[in-house]
Amino acid sequence: MVDTKVCLCGIEMENPVMAASGTFGYGLEFAELYDINILGSFSFKGTTAEPRFGNPTPRIADCTGGMLNSVGLQNPGVDGVIENELPKLKKVFNKPVCANICGNSPEEYALVANKLDACSQVGWMEVNISCPNVKSGGMVFGTDPEAAASVIAAVRKVTKKPVIAKLSPNTTDICMIASVCENAGADGITAINTLQGMRIDLRTGKPVLANTIGGLSGPAVFPVALRAVYQISRAVDIPVIGCGGISSPEDVIEMMMAGATAVQIGSANLVDPYACRDIIRDLPETMEKYGIDSLADLCTAGR
Amino acid sequence: MNKSSAVIKENRKIAKDVFQMELNVSEPTDGIRPGQFINIRLDGLYLRRPISICDWDDQSIRIIYRTVGKGTEKMSRMEEGETLDIIWPLGNGFDISKMSSGEETDRDKPKLRPLLIGGGVGIPPLYGLCRRLIDMGEKPTVVLGFRSEDEVFYTDEFRKLGAEVILTTEDGSLGKKGRVTDGIPDELKGAGGIPDEMKEAGTSEDRTYIFACGPEPMLRSIDEMMPQNIGGQMSFEERMGCGFGACMGCSCETKYGAKRICKDGPVLERGEIIW
Repeated sequence: MVDTKVCLCGIEMENPVMAASGTFGYGLEFAELYDINILGSFSFKGTTAEPRFGNPTPRIADCTGGMLNSVGLQNPGVDGVIENELPKLKKVFNKPVCANICGNSPEEYALVANKLDACSQVGWMEVNISCPNVKSGGMVFGTDPEAAASVIAAVRKVTKKPVIAKLSPNTTDICMIASVCENAGADGITAINTLQGMRIDLRTGKPVLANTIGGLSGPAVFPVALRAVYQISRAVDIPVIGCGGISSPEDVIEMMMAGATAVQIGSANLVDPYACRDIIRDLPETMEKYGIDSLADLCTAGR
Repeated sequence: MNKSSAVIKENRKIAKDVFQMELNVSEPTDGIRPGQFINIRLDGLYLRRPISICDWDDQSIRIIYRTVGKGTEKMSRMEEGETLDIIWPLGNGFDISKMSSGEETDRDKPKLRPLLIGGGVGIPPLYGLCRRLIDMGEKPTVVLGFRSEDEVFYTDEFRKLGAEVILTTEDGSLGKKGRVTDGIPDELKGAGGIPDEMKEAGTSEDRTYIFACGPEPMLRSIDEMMPQNIGGQMSFEERMGCGFGACMGCSCETKYGAKRICKDGPVLERGEIIW
């Protein structure tokens, strides 16, 4: 019997598979399809202090090996999440959920974190300092070391839950940003958010996305994410969650060999709503195939 | 919602750049509502391609699509016996529960007269709708708009169902010359769907009720032309990520807040649409 259990910032998970923020809503669409308690956990949709509609449409473009999105953090606001989404989630998911939070200022991040800190369902606080699709906030914080530190420190002050910094690959030195976050009090790192990209419609000569530029995700970014996880896990002493293009149990194992403690699955959920379920189902068999007894050991060995 | 491996039973050209595909599925189809869609995975393309359901029976689903890009071109080259990975049925579909049963039961209740308006590849979902409305005893008027004769499809199929069909082409090569809105009969345009001079006649007031699908400028001009007291439902298009409500890729703002075209739509009530 292989062992898929891992421990992420002090919280035990049956398996390392989490669904990534922005591809899993607040869980309900998937709970209609399968029992989402099989997940290690999931990171819910990026949540801000006030409700946001997000960017104009089209917000989605297809590309080879992946997709672009410029959704722009559409969400019902932290109060809406606490009043409506979390109670509904409680009925279908009995594990700690990862709260993904975003804001325009360190104060807004702290306000959102403070409100979610009171929710017993929330296990981790994932701080999105990497969204490429918002004018202020998001990636602006994740590419400037001082700003990244100020956001993490502000969130750290208002919560005892583990704080995880979700980082952008759109920077010259992601390890430096990871170290800065660690020093500011982060308990973990998620790497990576989307890479900036764009497409042009040949018939109109205009960008496909109404916002011109969006974030690239899907299998095309897997090697970039793997490299980031490999480098970051050697640069910091806190656990790293590998995210970016994972679509199979083999990808999960590869990401953990690179040094990830857990993984997040994003775009794969959109093209196959059963992707997480099937990856979790096939993970033990794939471990056996490669002679792996324990995923937790695999991660330690990878570092 | 099913994820199926559907077998292509037929895939043939029915007009310029327009194909009809019949897909065999093993799951029950009786939960499908007209106006819903399927989401198709194609080898070598990452995102699924959403295509509206034209009609269905116990074993199969029919779709009609125009070749507009890599996905639909790939589909047009597929042959009988090949399989497609599809997720279906998706979206809300048209709500036909508010139409009367066709029996003359309640004289006080104004009877709704269905007016179906479709443009180009917005027409297919109206066919399945028309068939079910006729099964309910309704007498739909159907206005179909195309750019030119070589793109025309399904006018005879609608007539065979028993619907009154009005055809328009923009270049006048077949049917009435003009846009689809030029084909809407005047008697269905008046306030309450009846001509002004008959308003006080005291007869039971039949009201026009719109079901429309087509490009957004077409839907908007229908809205501008028809009096606001005429109700209806309109089906919208948007580039989608997932097709089942998870990614917020296809959201639109309505009078009742943000809605996802793929999950809360593609059909919106006329009264909630913000133009």
